[in-house]
Amino acid sequence: MPTVIHLPALSPGMTEGKLVRWLKQEGDWVDRGEAIAEIETDKSVLDLEAIEAGHLARILVAESQELIAIDTPLALLAKAGEDASASEILAAIPSPTPAAARPGAHQESRLPAPRSERIAVSPLARRMAAEAGIDLEDVTGSGPRGRIIKRDIHSALDAGHTASYTTIANSGARRITARRLTEAASSIPHFYLTIDCQVDELLALRGRLNDSGETGEKLSINDFVIRACALALREVPRVNSSWNEQAIRLHRDVDIAVAVAAPDGLMTPIVRKADTKNLSAIATEMRQLAARARTRKLRPEEFQGGGFSISNLGMHGVRQFTSIINPPQVAILAVGAAEARPVVDRGKLAIATVMTCTLSCDHRVLDGSVGAEFLNCFRALLARPDQLT
Amino acid sequence: MNSVEMTYREAIIAAQRAELSADDRVLLIGEDIGAAGGSFKLTEGLQAQFGASRVRDTPISEQAFVGAAMGLALTGYRPIVELMFADFMGVCFDQIVNGIAKHRFMQGGTLELPLVIRTVGGAGARFGAQHSQTGESWLLPAPGLKVFAAGSPNEAYHLIRAAVRDPNPVVVLEHKFLFTRRGPVQLFDQAIPPVEGPKRLRPGDDITIVASLAMVERIQSAARELERVGISAELFDLRVIRPLHAASIIDSVTRTNRLLVVEENHSLGGWGGELIASVVTEAFDYLDAPPERLTLPDWPMPYSPRLEDAALPSVEAIVTKARAMVEGRGR
Repeated sequence: MPTVIHLPALSPGMTEGKLVRWLKQEGDWVDRGEAIAEIETDKSVLDLEAIEAGHLARILVAESQELIAIDTPLALLAKAGEDASASEILAAIPSPTPAAARPGAHQESRLPAPRSERIAVSPLARRMAAEAGIDLEDVTGSGPRGRIIKRDIHSALDAGHTASYTTIANSGARRITARRLTEAASSIPHFYLTIDCQVDELLALRGRLNDSGETGEKLSINDFVIRACALALREVPRVNSSWNEQAIRLHRDVDIAVAVAAPDGLMTPIVRKADTKNLSAIATEMRQLAARARTRKLRPEEFQGGGFSISNLGMHGVRQFTSIINPPQVAILAVGAAEARPVVDRGKLAIATVMTCTLSCDHRVLDGSVGAEFLNCFRALLARPDQLT
Repeated sequence: MNSVEMTYREAIIAAQRAELSADDRVLLIGEDIGAAGGSFKLTEGLQAQFGASRVRDTPISEQAFVGAAMGLALTGYRPIVELMFADFMGVCFDQIVNGIAKHRFMQGGTLELPLVIRTVGGAGARFGAQHSQTGESWLLPAPGLKVFAAGSPNEAYHLIRAAVRDPNPVVVLEHKFLFTRRGPVQLFDQAIPPVEGPKRLRPGDDITIVASLAMVERIQSAARELERVGISAELFDLRVIRPLHAASIIDSVTRTNRLLVVEENHSLGGWGGELIASVVTEAFDYLDAPPERLTLPDWPMPYSPRLEDAALPSVEAIVTKARAMVEGRGR
C-alpha cells in the first residue's frame, strides 16, 4: 500500500503553500530525508523531504500550484519491492478529489463546498456567458485558482454547451413598455367590438388622388383611417377621453396616437388636432413622425399624451386582431388588411374589399353602445370617402 | 515631410534647431548648454549657430533659471529650459508646480505661458539613486502642466517641436539610456501634428502592453518574443503622461481583454495605476484577467550595476508576465 505524502506545515501559522517545483519525477527512487519538492510558504522556499524511502509512484499536484492547503495529498510513495498497482494507487488517493485538484477551493477545502459558493469568473467571461446563455455552474474554470476565463467560455461553446436560447438584455424602453402593457392589460376591463368596413370606394379615391398628384404626398390607407377616426371622435367625443378615479376627461382636441414598429418596441407618435387636418397634411406629418419613431428620435411632446390610438397591421396581411389600450386613453382601434372577400349585397353574393377593424374599449368609461356608435360612424366615413377629403 | 535616420540625441538637437530657426522668440537656456553643447551634448552646435544671446548658459541655480524662463514666457518669448537631470526638478519644484503650472489658471486664462522644460531622466546608465529617476510620477498630479515622455528618436523630435508650439507649459522628459538609439524620424516643415495621447506601435489580439521612455523598446523586444510563442501583443507608447489619455488604451483592452503596464517608476503613485483605474472603470466587462504592472521595486535605485539592472523591468520579466496573463496562469 503506497504512502500518501501530504503538505506539512513547514512554519508556525502556515495554512497554505505553493508547490514551486518537483525535484523528483514519477518513478524516481527517493531516499529517506531526500528533498523531493520545493515548497513556498508565506516566508520562504523550503525543501520537502521524504519521511521514508521509496519510489515516487504518482505526483498529484502540478508545479506552480498555489494556495495548497496543508494536509493536501501531494504524491504517493511506494516502498521498496512494493508493486504500486493501479488499484492500490487509486485506493490510496483520498476521496473526494483532493483540494489541490480543484484549484478554486483552497482554505475551505476541508469543508463541504456549499452550493452557493461564489463562482470565480473574469468580468469578460461573465458577460460572454450571459450573452451566450451559458450557465456558469456548468463551466470549469481553467484560470488562476480555478477562475472561469474567456477560453473556458470558448471551450464550453465549442463543446456545444450553448443554451437553447440567446439573451438580449432589456433596454430601458423595453422595460417601461413591458410594465405599462402588463399594467394596462391587467387593470383595464377591456371589451372588443369588431366591424367590417368596405373600402372599394376609398381605394378608388386614393388611386385617383395619388395619380393626380394634387395631394403632394402619396396617401396610404392608414391616412384615411386616421382622418376617419378623427371625424368619428368628434361625433362621439366620449371615445376621445381619459380615465382617472375621480373623473372622466373629455378631450377638446382630437390627438391620435399611431403605433409605429421601432427596433426596440412600439413607438406611438401623435397626430395633433387630426380633425383639423386634411389628408395630405396627415400623410406628410405621419411620414415624418414614423421616420423619427423608427430611429427613436421623437421628441417627448411628439409621443406623450393623445386621446385615442390606432394600430394597423393591415400591411402585414393580418385580417383581424385586438390591441391593448394605452392608458389613460379609453380606446384603441386595431385595423386589419383590406382584402377581397365575398359579401352579401342586397341578397346577392358579391366581391368587395373589406377591412376588419376591432375597437378595444375600457368598460369603465365606454359601454358597448357608445363603442358601436363610434364604429358605425367610422365605417360610414370610410364607405363614403369623399367626406374625408 | 520626409523621414531620416538619426539618433535620439540628434533628434533632440534637430527639434531645437528647427524651432530656433522657425521663431526668433524661441530661446534656449540652461547649464553648460552653450559652448559645451550640454552635459549630455543635447544642444551641440546650437550656440554657434544662433548666438550666445539665444542659447544661453546659466549659473548653477535651477530655481533661478526656471523662474527666469517663466518670466521670459510671460513677456513674449518661447523659452526652452534644459534641466540637466530630471532629479533636479526637486530644486525648482516650487517654480514648476506653484508658479509655472498654475499661472494661467490664476490669471483666469488671460495669458499664455509657452514654456518648455526639457529634462533627462531614467536609469540603466549607472548614475545612482539621485540621478536616475524619470520624474514622471512627480509631475503626474500637477494641473496646468503638460508632460511628454520621449520613447524614441521620432517621438523626441515630434514632442519637443509640439511642446514649443504649445501655449501651455510643457515638460518634455527624455531618457539618458536612449541617447544613442537610432531610428527613423519624420521631419516637419511647417505644421506640427498635434500630440494626441498614446501612440499605438503595433496591433495585437491577446494583450495590451503600455510603456513609456526606455521601457518602450523593452516591450517591443518582449512582443517579438511573445510572437514566437503565438501571443500577439498590442503595444502603446504612452507619450503623454499628463493629461493622461486613456481612451485608445481602453478601446484596445476591449479587444485584447488584458492590460500590462511597464513603468520605470515605483508602483505607488505612478501613471500605470491611474491608467489601470481608468481601464477597470470603463472596460470592466471586457477584462479577462486582472490588469498588471511591472514597475521599479519600492526602494531607491541602487548604484551597483547588477542591482540596477535587476531593479528595472526586464524583457524576460515582461514576457513571463504577459505569458502568465494570456495563458491564464497569472493572478
